[in-house]
Amino acid sequence: MKKRVISIILITAVTVGLLYLAQRLLEPKYINDIIEGRLIEEYYDNAGGNDVIFVGDCELYENISPIKMWEEYGITSYIRGSSQQLIWQSYYLLEETLKYETPKVVVFNMLSLQYNEPQREAYNRLTLDGMRWSSSKWNAINASMMEDESMLSYIFPLLRYHSRWSELTAEDFEYMFSTKKSFHQGYLMRVDVRPVTSTPTPVPKADYSFGENAWKYMDMITALCKEHGIKLVLVKAPSVNPYWYDEWETQAEDYAAKNGLDYYNFLEVQDEIGLDWNTDTYDGGLHLNLSGAEKMSVYFGKILQEKYGLEDHRGDTDIAPAWSEKVDFYNNMRDDQYRELEEYGYLKSYGGRKVD
Amino acid sequence: MLFTSYGFIAFLIAIFLLYYIIPKKYQWMLLLVGSYVFYAFSGIRFLLYIAVTTLTTWFSAVRITAIQKERNEYFDAHKGEMDRDGKKAYKAATKKKTRVWFLLCLLLNLGILAVIKYTDFVIANINSIFGTETAFMRFAVPLGISYYTFKSLGYLIDVNRGKYEAQKNPAKFALFVSFFPQVIQGPISRYDKLSETLFAQHSYDRIKVRQGLTRVLWGFCKKLVIADRLMPAVKALSGSPEEFQGAWVVMLILFYAIELYADFTGGIDIAIGIGQMLGVDMEENFRTPFFSKNINEYWTRWHITMGTWFKDYIFYPISVSGWMMKLSRSAREKMGKGVGKRIPVYLANIIVWFATGLWHGAAWNFIVWGMLNCVVTVASYEMEPLYKKFHGAARWSNTIGYDIFQMIRTFWLMGAIRILDVYRDVPVSFAQVGTIFTSGGWGEVFGEKFSRLGVSVPDLVIVCIGCVAMIIISILFRRSGEKVRPCEMLTARPVLLQTVLLVGLFLLVVIFGAYGVGYDANQFIYNQF
Repeated sequence: MKKRVISIILITAVTVGLLYLAQRLLEPKYINDIIEGRLIEEYYDNAGGNDVIFVGDCELYENISPIKMWEEYGITSYIRGSSQQLIWQSYYLLEETLKYETPKVVVFNMLSLQYNEPQREAYNRLTLDGMRWSSSKWNAINASMMEDESMLSYIFPLLRYHSRWSELTAEDFEYMFSTKKSFHQGYLMRVDVRPVTSTPTPVPKADYSFGENAWKYMDMITALCKEHGIKLVLVKAPSVNPYWYDEWETQAEDYAAKNGLDYYNFLEVQDEIGLDWNTDTYDGGLHLNLSGAEKMSVYFGKILQEKYGLEDHRGDTDIAPAWSEKVDFYNNMRDDQYRELEEYGYLKSYGGRKVD
Repeated sequence: MLFTSYGFIAFLIAIFLLYYIIPKKYQWMLLLVGSYVFYAFSGIRFLLYIAVTTLTTWFSAVRITAIQKERNEYFDAHKGEMDRDGKKAYKAATKKKTRVWFLLCLLLNLGILAVIKYTDFVIANINSIFGTETAFMRFAVPLGISYYTFKSLGYLIDVNRGKYEAQKNPAKFALFVSFFPQVIQGPISRYDKLSETLFAQHSYDRIKVRQGLTRVLWGFCKKLVIADRLMPAVKALSGSPEEFQGAWVVMLILFYAIELYADFTGGIDIAIGIGQMLGVDMEENFRTPFFSKNINEYWTRWHITMGTWFKDYIFYPISVSGWMMKLSRSAREKMGKGVGKRIPVYLANIIVWFATGLWHGAAWNFIVWGMLNCVVTVASYEMEPLYKKFHGAARWSNTIGYDIFQMIRTFWLMGAIRILDVYRDVPVSFAQVGTIFTSGGWGEVFGEKFSRLGVSVPDLVIVCIGCVAMIIISILFRRSGEKVRPCEMLTARPVLLQTVLLVGLFLLVVIFGAYGVGYDANQFIYNQF
C-alpha cells in the first residue's frame, strides 16, 4: 500500500513537473516582439513608493515618462498600463496596486470608456497574463473573457499557449525561467520617428454614448479612489488617432464635473505642450515617441506638482539612489535605441519594424 | 457537452470518483443520473425525446414479454390437450397481440426520428420538384437520436423475437438507452451484451482502469492531435471546389479518410475506454478497416455495430421474408436460377444501403453514398467468379504485395465514395472526382497554394507521426488475431512502461492537441449522424 502511495505521488509530481516545464517553455516571452506583453508583470519588482499611479491603455504607457517627471520635479510615479486596457481591467489593476501602495494621485485615461465589452482575446492576455494571482486578477479575468475563453486557460496558460510548439525560438529557451527588464516605471520607450502624414476623418457613429458597463467601472474607480483618500485625475492623452469625438469629450467633462474630479484634455493644449507631430510620434500619430513623451511629462508633471502638491523626492536619500539607477537605465536604453536606429535604420531589439 | 470539453473531463472525473466511493448496488443508478445530466447539457428539452423513446420501448417490450410468457404458460398448462392446428391458431392470435405493441412502438419511434431528422429534406425536395415554397420546419435534432433510437429498436425487435425477456425495471432500461459514453456516437450496443456488465456491481480494478484510461487518452490523441489538425484543410479543400481540383481532390480523399478515421475511432476509443474504467464492456466498433482488401471486408470492419444492426434487423428479415421468397421463386421460374437467387440479396442490399445512407444524414449526398456502396458491393459479388479464376491463374495474386495492393485499392475506392460527405452536393462531388483525371495540378500541391489550406508543415509532420502510430497499433492488433485490444497488450509490459505511456499520452494531448482559442471546438463528425 505504502509503495503504491509513493508511486502515485511520484508519478503525479513528475507529471506536474513536466507540465510546468512545458508551460514555462511555451508561454510567450515578449522579449523582442510585442514587448508590451511584459508591462504588467514588471510592476511587481518595482511596486511601492509612488505618489502617482497611472492606469490605462497605450496612451499612457507610451505618452508619459515617469523618469522625466522624476528628473524635472522629483515626482515618483508608475504606469500600470497595457495594450487596449479595458476600463474594468484598469479598475482591477488599480485595486491590485492599492494592495502594494497608496498613491496620492491616480491618473486615468478616458479613451477606454469607448469599450463597453471585451474586444479581443489577444489583448486580454497582454493585460491579464502578467497579473499576479489575487481576487483582483480572478475578477479581471471574469470581467474580460470572450465567449471562446475559459478561466482554466488563465489558471493553466499551457492550455492556451500549447500550440506554440511549432514557433519556439532560442529566446523561449533562454528566457524560460527569467525575463528582461525593458520598461521605465511602466513607460515603453521608443525614440524612432514616423511623422503624421494624414489626420483621421471621424467615422460617424449611431450612438456616441459610452456604455453602461464602462460607466459602472468608471464609478467603481471613482469610489475606490475616494475610499482610499486618493485624488483621481481624468485625462485624455494627446494622439492624432484614434479620433476623440466631441460627444465623448462632453461626456468626460460632464462626468468630471458631476463627481468633482479634475479632467485634462491634452489634445486641446498641444501647442502649450510643444508637441510637433512631425518629430514627436513614432507611428504616425497613434503614440508619442520619447521626445513627445518627455514634452508631455514636463507639462503634466508641472500640473501634478503645482495642483496636487506632490513632494519633490530628489533630495530624499531613501529614494533618490534607486531612482538614480532608473535614470541610468533610461539613459542607457535611449542611447542604445539611437545606436540601433543608426546601425539598422529601425529599432531591432525594441519592437520596431524594418521598413523596406 | 463535447467529450473534448473541459466540462466533460470534470464531469467524468466526478462520475469516476463517485462510482467507486458509493455502495456498489447504487453504481448503475449513478450512471443513470450521470447519463441524464450529460444528456441535459445538450438541451433540457431534448430529455423529453429520449424519455419518450425509453418509456414507449420499455412498456411495449414488457407487454410483449408478458404476452409471450402467457402463451408459453398456456402451452405448458395445456400440454397434450392441443393439436397442431390449435397450437398454431393460438400462437397466431398471441403474435397478433405482440405485433400490435411492436408495430405501435416501432412506428412511433421511427416516426419521431423521421419527422425530426427528415422533414426538411422532404420539404426541400417537394419545393424543388413542384416549385413550391413550403417553409422549413427546422426542428432541433436531439443529441444522438439515431443512435439511441436504433439501440432501443434493436432491443424491441430482439424481445419481439423472443431472444430475451424485457427488462422490467424502467430505470435500468433508461440507463441502457442513455448510457453517456455511447449515447452520442455509439457503439450501438445490444441489450443482452451490454446489460451483463452495465448493471453489475464493480470493484475498483486497477488494471482495467489503467487500460481504460490509456484508451481514453489515445482516443483524445486521435481526435485532438490528428483529426482536428487536418480539419481546416478538409474544410478548405471541400469548401472551394472550383479552386481545388485534380491533385487537390486526391489530397482531400486522403486527408478526409485520415480525419474521419481518427475522429470516429478516437470518439469510440474514448467511449469504450470510459466503459472499461467503469467496468462496463462494450463491443468493438472498428477492426483495422483500412487493412480491408475489398468493400465487403471493409464493412465488416468499419462502424461494425451499425453494420450488424442493419444486417440483423433489416437485411436478413427482408431477405427471408415471405414476399421476398415468393418474388424469388417467381423470378427463378421465369428468369432462371441465377436471377432468382440474386433478387432477394440485391433487393435487400439496395434497401439496406438506402437506409444506411439516409441514417447518416438527410441529404442526397448520403443517399448516393449509400447507393454507390451498394453498387460496388453488388459488382464485387458479380465479379467473384472472375476473381476466383484470376487468383487460380495468377500465383502472385496470393502474395503479400498483392494483398497490400488490394488494401490500397479499397482505401482509395472507399475514400472516393466517402468524399460525398464533404462536398456541398452530388454533382459537385462527381465533378470533383472527375477532375482527378482531367485537371492535374500535381505541382501546385507543393507550392504557395498549400498555405491556403490552414495547415502548416509542422501540422503535417504531427499528422504523419500520428498516422504511423495508428498503423503500428493496427498491425499489433492484427498480429494478435484481433483478439487482444492494444491497451490490453500493455498489461504484460512493466508497470513503469505503462505509466510512462500514460503520462506521455497525456502530455501529447495537452501540448499537441488542436484545442483552445484559435481552434474551433469541433464536435465529433459522427455526432451529426
